[in-house]
Order: sequence, then structure tokens, then C-alpha cells
Amino acid sequence: MADSILRAVDIQKSFAGVHALKGVALDIAPGEIHCLAGENGSGKSTLIKIISGVYQPDGGHIAFNGTKLSRITPIDAILLGIQVIYQDFSVFPNLTVMENLALNSELSDKRKIVNWQRMRKIAEEAVAKINFQVDLDALVGTLTVAQKQMVAICRALMFNARLIIMDEPTTALTRKEVDALFKVILRLKAQGISILFVSHKLNEVFEISERFTILRNGELVITGNTRDLNSSRFSYYMTGREFTDGQFTAENLGGTPLLEVKNLGLSGAFEGISFVLRGGEILGITGLLDSGRSELALALFGIREADSGEILIKGKGARINTPQAAIEQGIGLVPEDRLSEGLFLPRSISDNLIIAEIDRLANRFKVLDKKERAREVDRLIAEFAIATPNPLNACQTLSGGNQQRVVLGKWLACNLDVLVLNGPTVGVDIGSKHDIHGILQNLARQGMGIIIISDDLPEVIRNCSRVIVLKSGRIVEEMDAAEATEQAILSRMM
Amino acid sequence: MGRRLKQLTKRNETYVSLVVLALCLLIEVRSGQFFTANNLVDIASAMVVPGLFAVGTFMVIVSGGIDVSFPALASLTSYATTKMLLDAGYTGGVWLPILISMAMGALLGAFNGIFIGLLGLPAMIVTLGSSSVFKGVMQGALGSVQLAVIPPGMRAFGTSSLFTATNPVSGLTSRMPVGFLALVAILLLSFFIMRYTFFGRGIYAIGGNEASAHRAGFNTKRTKFLLYVFVGMVASLAGLIRTCMMQQNHPTNMLGMEMNIIAGVVLGGTAISGGAGSLTGCMLGTLLIVIVENSMILIGIPTIWKSVFVGALIIIGTGVSAYQVVRANRVRSTRRLTGESKA
Repeated sequence: MADSILRAVDIQKSFAGVHALKGVALDIAPGEIHCLAGENGSGKSTLIKIISGVYQPDGGHIAFNGTKLSRITPIDAILLGIQVIYQDFSVFPNLTVMENLALNSELSDKRKIVNWQRMRKIAEEAVAKINFQVDLDALVGTLTVAQKQMVAICRALMFNARLIIMDEPTTALTRKEVDALFKVILRLKAQGISILFVSHKLNEVFEISERFTILRNGELVITGNTRDLNSSRFSYYMTGREFTDGQFTAENLGGTPLLEVKNLGLSGAFEGISFVLRGGEILGITGLLDSGRSELALALFGIREADSGEILIKGKGARINTPQAAIEQGIGLVPEDRLSEGLFLPRSISDNLIIAEIDRLANRFKVLDKKERAREVDRLIAEFAIATPNPLNACQTLSGGNQQRVVLGKWLACNLDVLVLNGPTVGVDIGSKHDIHGILQNLARQGMGIIIISDDLPEVIRNCSRVIVLKSGRIVEEMDAAEATEQAILSRMM
Repeated sequence: MGRRLKQLTKRNETYVSLVVLALCLLIEVRSGQFFTANNLVDIASAMVVPGLFAVGTFMVIVSGGIDVSFPALASLTSYATTKMLLDAGYTGGVWLPILISMAMGALLGAFNGIFIGLLGLPAMIVTLGSSSVFKGVMQGALGSVQLAVIPPGMRAFGTSSLFTATNPVSGLTSRMPVGFLALVAILLLSFFIMRYTFFGRGIYAIGGNEASAHRAGFNTKRTKFLLYVFVGMVASLAGLIRTCMMQQNHPTNMLGMEMNIIAGVVLGGTAISGGAGSLTGCMLGTLLIVIVENSMILIGIPTIWKSVFVGALIIIGTGVSAYQVVRANRVRSTRRLTGESKA
């Protein structure tokens, strides 16, 4: 009788008066790949937690395989065959692959004494299910992100999973690894396992899922077949806003190049990198994860000094061997991982905003001038439209998009000439992404030179005036963004 | 064989053994006294108490915690046991004192365990506090003074020996104390716990990622609570054995041992952040500290310079292993960049 493996009806959930889910429904068929999309705060994670038994709904009900469930615990959900693969994979980096795979099932059998031979057998069976090639004795901490994810998937499959929920599974994967993951997902589908794929990446939704459900502000916006969806409709459903994305064209280019790089090299990362950046333009640098693009960003900001070639700032040679030197030369970096490299998450938003210009805000006794500081913070919060009730709140209370605005605001407070951004919109939802692109284009129009390092090709093509393609540490192509297509760039990257 | 050898070069234990060996050879060359039967027995005898403490410290650090209260705990339990039995005029064997002090150790360990395990407070803060509480109870409530006499059963245990080694040249003799068997027994027991029980694997799992351990089905609170109970028992056993071996109870002379013990455990390759380490390494690190503490005099380094030497050793030793880790990571990331590994 069950034509759906999971059916959620009219789910209601509130936290301390905040209505997180307002009558949401979700319907997943057996063997279906279903995409759940929505911006941060749309209620996606709350819904997942209700399905997996972590939270109890305040209203509505969930039926699994035709049976109505009431008050289930996480263990009940696992026994029913519902598995969640969290973003952090819940693996133990200090233990071997074998132990990571076998621990859960041994513990659920309530064993007290370890039998290493049996553990190895369990692990061997688990990896064989999806034909995952890995050294069972390797420590999980030495694996790549993609391999850790496979370990988590193998572990999930051991409990006769009927529905696997993957929370943003492609966040830290390279294109190749995403392809491998999709192959595994299709294989699971062929075995009749349903997948609930949580993502806000448009291309993935189109590529892998058959049906989709989009939430916004705790409400169901639409559910339907993916083939009836297109990208502008998707953005509209996600944000409730219409975007008109214009191609950026560089206007009033500055005369002297702000930054000129000649034959720059860093052993093991990149070599022979030369380019020119003028004020008013946005230069895109793209390439695969191992192309050296991230190391180039670090070298331009002095975190890892290049070991050959030269860097000219406004026509003069400069040595950039520390971040301090880079800032003095007017170069700022928005790092790849803003959470661990770009922000002090537990500190206040205002502290984060003024950290790079803190010397300028000191009075003549070298003590921080509080009035000056408050004025500066107010100005930056207004300029970047950072949504917060109080700038003294911790930075971690902000959404991803707002956090990225804080990182940008921090740099713009120091009147830089050149801003290097590595993956500026990774993990940022569509609305904020659009706003960040707008900010960058405006900055360029005001005469700043901007470098966007990214593998999000639509982002690069739309926002940059020129694109450099890196492959294995070398420049393989430099093209005008107006003439570039995703296909053309991809064919040079691979 | 080649693969085996390669794995050895990656293990911290290999480097610590080499350092221990080098130090032994240095002392031997300088003094000619190191590899004599009586000196080796002396070192084994000196290992008993630090070794027991190190086992407990090792397990706590693997779980991602830290315990600085064990010297105070051991002092309190051994002092209370000795005093109580003296007052009662106890003349029986050593088993009752061991039982009493280990029961008290379990109780005091449970005190740590409640705050760290069940209430989830930071281990450093809790054990600093409990260390102070234990010292206070011993010095205040029990009015500690040096006990120059101990019950006869404990005295007999402390003086009985497995065998006696004689130095053929100097004629000096050293006894191998029966207490050494306690170290061997606790080592075997904790090896079994850490490797072959899910309680022990849970300690590793919690040290690796506590949230994941909870999700995987470990009862993390109970595991941590029981861990501190067990560690309290091991520490109190060490305290009692030390009292027996010294033939007296000096209530404060164990205090302050915690830093050298923790240093030995970390020198042996136990990650201070938790989750990784082996008992072998833990014993090697402790052995290194014990040799330095006991044998500097043999190469003519005055005892007043001993702490400088121990400190330098700790900095160099932990520095070298930290450097190894950094280098291993760098090799890995470069390999990823150049696309060598397609594993």
C-alpha cells in the first residue's frame, strides 16, 4: 500500500516562541532521490531532525512506509532504516577505518569485549556494498574529505537503511569527488534506497534529483518534479526575490596596474604565474582544487611567501612575506574558510569589523578610542547591510551570508587597493550571494582591483572581466569573461 | 619487512626508545655503572610508583581529559589508610590496606568523575579544585604529620623482594620489590581494557570526537565517570605501595609529581589533545623521566641541575614529536598538490 517511504504531513514546530516550521509536508517515494532546498533558517535542518527523531513535532505527523509514527527517538529512527549523514560525518579521526565502520553495529549489539577479527569482517562487508576501495587500517584522519564521507555512507548502509538523509554532502568536495558521490547515490537508488539530498546548490539539484521540495521561512513553497524547474524559478522559490543578473563589465580602468605578478612560483604549488590587475577590474582565477589556486591566494597575502618571481605594487617591487606586509601594501584576503581563518566567531561583530584597522582607531596614548570605534562600526554595519539587532552579539550568531559581509567590511575599513577573495560565496545562500556580488562589483566601479578565486563558474563568468584558468599550478588560459562559457573553461581546467 | 620498518619510523615509540637507548649508552660510557645488575634493578624499582601514576594519566589524557589531582588523591588515601590501621593496631597482611585505600581511591575518583563525566565540567578545572580539596582534608581534618612507623603487614610487603641483584665490582646490592608485580598487573589489565573492551575503545572514541562517540552509541557520561573511578583506584594503589616501599608515610612528598608524570606520558607520544597514544609509549616516556631523575648523578651532573635537565628533555622531546607531525602533514599536502596519491 505504501507508495511513499516517508510522508510528513502538516509538521509544526516552535522553539521558544519562534515558529520554525509552519505546516510543512514532505513526500518521498521508495528509491527516489529527493532534494530538499532552502536558504539558511528556512527550516531544513529542523525538518531533518524531526524525521530522524532528534526533535518531536508540535503538530502534524510522520508516516514511514505507510505506518504512522508517534514520538520516535533517534534509535527508533535508525531501527526503522532512517540514516542521517551529517556534514561533519561523525567519524573518529584518531581511529582506523575498520573501527569507524564496525563500532556502531557492535555497540548496538551491546557487546562489551572487542573481537578484532569480527570487526574486520564487518568492515569488509560494509565497504564491499558500494565497492569502496580503502585501506581498512588507515586512520580516518589521514583520509580526504570524500573518503571520510564514503566511510560515513558505508556505516549508514550497515543498518538496512531505507532512507538516507545527506546534509549538504558536496560542500567540501571537488568536482571529481562529487561525480563519484553521485555514482554511489545512483547505485543506492538502484537498490531501492531513497535519498533525501539537502542542498542549496542549483546545479546539483538539477543533476541528481528527480523531485524537489523548497522551504522558505518555515513554510513549504513548492514541491514538484525537477524537470519542471529552471534556474531563475529556483532562485525565486528559494528567496522570494527576482534577480536580474547583469554581466559585469570593467569601466574606467586605472592607468598603472595596482598589482603585477611576474613569473611567480611556489614549489609544490604553482609556477610561472604572471598577470596584471588594474583598478576597476575584477579578475577571476579558477581551476580544480589541486590547481594551486588556494596557494596562490596565500602567496599574494604573504601567508606562504612565493619562492620565485616578483610582485609589483603600483609599478614598484614589493616583498610580501607576511600578512602585515600585504596589508601595508594595500592587499586584503577573504580566506577560503571564513569560519576558521577569517573571523573570530565567539567575539562580537564590532570587534571583528574593526580588527584590521585597530591601530588607526587608537588615540594618542595607544588606547582604543571607544567613540571612534562605535562610529566606525555603525558606518560599516549600515554600508554592508549586516542584519543584526546588536553589533555586540557574537559573530557566530550571524548567518553565513552576513558573516561573509563582516569579513568584507573588515577589509574595506582599511582602504585597500586590492582585495583577493578565495571562494567568496561558498556556503552562502542565494540571496546573500547576489548581494555580495553586488558589493564586489560596486567596489570595482569605485576603483578597487579585485581578484575572485573560485570554482563556481557562473559566479566567475558573471562577475569578472577577465578569467585566468589554472591547471596543475600553471596558467593554461586567459580569456575575456564576455566570451567565456562554462564549457570552454571546464575543458581547459580538466 | 620493508613496510614494517617504514611503519616503525612513523611511530613515536621508536624515537623515544632510541632516545632512552642513547641516554643509557651515554651514562654507561661516562660512568660504566649503568648496565650493572643493581642499577637496572634500582631503575625498575623506581619505575613502580611513577609507572602506576602514568597508566592512569595515560588513560585520562587519551579520553581528552587531564588529571592533576592524582598525587593529592594518592597522598590522602595512603595517609588515611596508614593512620587508621595504626590507630586500630592492625597487625595483619597487606591485602586489607590495599583494599581500604583502593576503595577510598574509587570514592575520590568518583568525586572527580561526577563533575567531569556526569556534569561535563572541564577536567583541568575540576582536578585542580579536587587536588586542593584532597590536600585540605588531609592536612586539616586528618591533621597530617609524618608517620614514621607503618603497620607490620605493610612493612613486610615493602621490604620483601622478588630477588636481589649484586654488583660484582662494588658489591652493592639492590632488591627488586614485590610491588613491581603490581605495576605489571595493572599494565596488563589496562592494556586489556584499552584494546579489548568497548569501554576502552570508548575512551579512544571520546578523545577523538565526543559528539560522534555519543551518536555512535557510547554512553559517554558513564564511560568518563568510570574512567575517573578506575584512575582513582590505580593512583591510590600507587600511593599505598610508595608508603610501603618507603617504610613511612610522608603526607606531602608525592605532591608536585603530576607535572613529571604528565610530561612522561606526553613524551611517550600520547596526544595531549586526546584520542591517540599507546601504553608502550607511555611507559617508555616514563622510563626516560625516571632514568634522568635517577641516573644524572652517575654522569656527574649535580642533583641541583636535575630539574633543568628534565625540563630541557621535555621541551626537546615534545618539540621533536610535534615537528614530526607537522612534517608528516606537509608531505601529505604536497603530495595532494602534485597529484601523486590517488589512493
